[in-house]
Amino acid sequence: MGLGRRLYRGEIDVDFVGKWRLWYSLSGLLLVVSLAGLLINGLNLGVEFRGGSVFSFKAGNASIEQVRETFQAEGVHQPIVQTAGDRWRVTTETLAEGTTTQVQTAISKDYSVPADQVDIQSIGASWGGEVSQKAWIGLGVFMLAIILYLSMAFEPKMALAAIVALVHDLVITAGIYAWSGFEVTPATLLGFLTILGYSLYDAVVVFDMIKEVTAKLGHTSKQTYSMAANNALNHTLIRSLNTSLVAILPVAAILFIGTTLLGAGTLKDLSLALFVGMIVGTYSSLCVATPLLVTLKEREPKYQAIARRLASTGGGGKGSGGKGSKDSKSAAVAKG
Amino acid sequence: MLLALILALGGTMFLQKAFTPKLGLDLAGGTTVTLSPVTQNNASPPEEILDRAVNIIRDRVNGTGISDAEVAKSGDNIIISIPGVGQSEAIKLVATTAELRFRQVLAVAATQAPQELATNAPTPGATPSGGASTAPSGEPSGSAPSSSASVPSASPTGKALSSALTAPTPAASAPAQGAEDPTAKPAATQNGQTGQDGQTGQTGQDAKQQDGKKGQEAKATPTGQASTPPAQDPNAGIDTSGIDPAVLAQFNKLDCADPANRGQGVQDDPNKQFAGCETDGSYKYVLDVAKVVGTDIDTASAGVRQGTTEWVVQLDFKSKGAGEWGKLTTAAFNSPEPRNMVAVVLDGVVITAPVIQGPIPGGRAEITGNFDQVSATNLADQLKYGALPLKFNRSSIDTVSSTLGQDQLEGGLIAGLIGLALVLVYCLLYYRGLGVVAVLSLVVATVITYTAVVVLGHNANFRLSLPHIIGLVVSIGITADSFIVYFERIRDEMKEGRRTLRAAVEVAWVRARRTILIADAVMFIAAIVLYFLAVGGVAGFAFAMGLTTLIDIVVVFMFTKPFIALLARLKFFAKGHPLSGLDAERMSDTHSTGRTTTPQEA
Repeated sequence: MGLGRRLYRGEIDVDFVGKWRLWYSLSGLLLVVSLAGLLINGLNLGVEFRGGSVFSFKAGNASIEQVRETFQAEGVHQPIVQTAGDRWRVTTETLAEGTTTQVQTAISKDYSVPADQVDIQSIGASWGGEVSQKAWIGLGVFMLAIILYLSMAFEPKMALAAIVALVHDLVITAGIYAWSGFEVTPATLLGFLTILGYSLYDAVVVFDMIKEVTAKLGHTSKQTYSMAANNALNHTLIRSLNTSLVAILPVAAILFIGTTLLGAGTLKDLSLALFVGMIVGTYSSLCVATPLLVTLKEREPKYQAIARRLASTGGGGKGSGGKGSKDSKSAAVAKG
Repeated sequence: MLLALILALGGTMFLQKAFTPKLGLDLAGGTTVTLSPVTQNNASPPEEILDRAVNIIRDRVNGTGISDAEVAKSGDNIIISIPGVGQSEAIKLVATTAELRFRQVLAVAATQAPQELATNAPTPGATPSGGASTAPSGEPSGSAPSSSASVPSASPTGKALSSALTAPTPAASAPAQGAEDPTAKPAATQNGQTGQDGQTGQTGQDAKQQDGKKGQEAKATPTGQASTPPAQDPNAGIDTSGIDPAVLAQFNKLDCADPANRGQGVQDDPNKQFAGCETDGSYKYVLDVAKVVGTDIDTASAGVRQGTTEWVVQLDFKSKGAGEWGKLTTAAFNSPEPRNMVAVVLDGVVITAPVIQGPIPGGRAEITGNFDQVSATNLADQLKYGALPLKFNRSSIDTVSSTLGQDQLEGGLIAGLIGLALVLVYCLLYYRGLGVVAVLSLVVATVITYTAVVVLGHNANFRLSLPHIIGLVVSIGITADSFIVYFERIRDEMKEGRRTLRAAVEVAWVRARRTILIADAVMFIAAIVLYFLAVGGVAGFAFAMGLTTLIDIVVVFMFTKPFIALLARLKFFAKGHPLSGLDAERMSDTHSTGRTTTPQEA
């Protein structure tokens, strides 16, 4: 039976929890690489963080060289010229107000664009600082609110696992930005913050199922917490994949339009951050959040007892043989 | 319930004949200026100060003649949104924190365009500065000639400065009222006399000290009016001694009738002479270098002079300022008029030019005139704070032309449609019959969202911006996810094989409902946190996310679930038709138990 068919029938059975070593190593590696990227390359901060001006206009008959010359003729030192279709976007250092007007006039003259169709965005150098400060505060408040809420709705350990997965997503997404050199703008930060919502959303659905399944575990149960959690995860796997796909589809649409029609700007920056973040988020909710939760839960005496009892009787249980033994192995490791 | 909601929203749309959302500036074109307060150690400024700044900026923006502008607070920032294009220059001036200067008047002239004077002079009270106090506005014609006490101060500068240390001298109070002064009233008369008015109005001011007996010829202003022969020499009657010729030339060219020349934000150099206009454009002045500036002021307050009902503005200078102020007033007092006036210049505009009643040592001064509480407070605030109660940085100025706005709107809508279409196709392919439910649910959600946006736009001034559109598009995924959670639950229940479809729908609902609520709560928390800690467009995005999360809950509870319950009665679904999404093959759970459980057997 092909994978697609098995997926459709909901018959996939992957040992996510048992392979925790693999996931932890993979995530650890990704985290190290991301942090290294942040330290070595740093983030390519957009004009909003450095201060400067952005000119945007439509001109079909221009070349990058021409546009650059137009700007340099007006005394702009380092114009960064980008184009998408016939729309041009030029980023400059902070300009005096007079220069801004001169450049506007020059563009209008050189490319026969009406002056009022030249869009100008000027940003003070402190603006980005303020945005990122607010973003950090937002991040802090959000995490606190989520920890409180999940602790109440589920339990503190689930909240902890979810938050760790979340930080994991953020660091890796930031790492991808550092290595790829994608520009970080306030819209990107907004995207990062939104990833938080998504990443958790996914984890919440999985945890809800785990909570339901593991609630039945007791002295006589034939499943360890790991097994139960893994079952729950596989149960919601289709949903997780479907959800992620359905969430990524519109984002991909925005990214496509933003990149091809409008060039750089809010649409592209935001959707790119979401796109990257959602992919990382899907991975982490399956391979990081749940294994982490299991690691935490298997330390509890109640579940240790179950694991010990099942390990001594040779494991197994009502699940299929292969999976069961893998699960009990993982449980044993988690215990030790 | 749901129908009622849709009908209510739709009905509101029809009643208000509003079928399209109001667009934000990034979609409709316009300029957005974000101002961030500059405070010591980045502390948040007090709310009331910020509110006052918002009001002052709003006054200024409106004063520049821009219509439809919005000035709003967003966190600590002030956001000025001005629709349309070509306003950027005016906007840049709006938030400039101007310095206050005290300059001795060297020469003065009434504005040369009589028509303008006629409309402007009587309405000084309407100017943002309020410096012109209670001069009766809106009554250009009417009872002017008979007015003795009812024309308190046709001259916008009908004020006098005196030392607060000295008791109100007769010279300070009585003439300053302008009421007993027969020459002070005519500014309120009709056009025919306006040229004359300009002069007499001016004279009235002089009369405060000179008792109207001299000075008419000292600054006889050419007005081009028949009654006053046009002067060949623009400088006739003006004592040009000590005036920089360049400034004099500027002065002669200066047309205060044109509001553009009264534009705010001209940063006058305190070390140079300056030619400027009165805020209402009625007079123009040549002003000496600024001997005293706003930072020399310790405090200013409005109050009622003891024993009277007269509102006055009291000024206290700092020690250095007090000395300079003493010198300035002494020099002015000893000068012939019009040089006995000291102009208060704000934003390059003369907000008031009181006649100095005597040397004012000791660092306290009092401005009298025809103030009421509002105008006195206003002037005191201006003296105290300069233009704005806070210093602001222009954090960002964003101009969006209508074409870029159009492009962004189209881009956002196309992206939304593509996204929606992809999700719909996927739902149909994967869930088949159930997919139809998802499609219909999304359609319902879209309709509610659209009507909500329109109704909010017309009733709560909600303007759809690019971040909103992105938020809405992104939220398609969240909405669709609720259906997926529910569908998967139904299939789980069916797989266990214990239930009929109708039972499964109910049992699955109880479980799915909890998951959906918790997940939506997480999204909603995210939206709220983002909204309240937002900078710039973030708030819009968060708002859209929060809105769609709520709509999602409404749709799932009131449409999707009842609809599925209804479908479960149909043979097509109950019998597990291959296209229903609940077919036998799909439901067979061969893997774990080897048992083949189909809905048919159940």
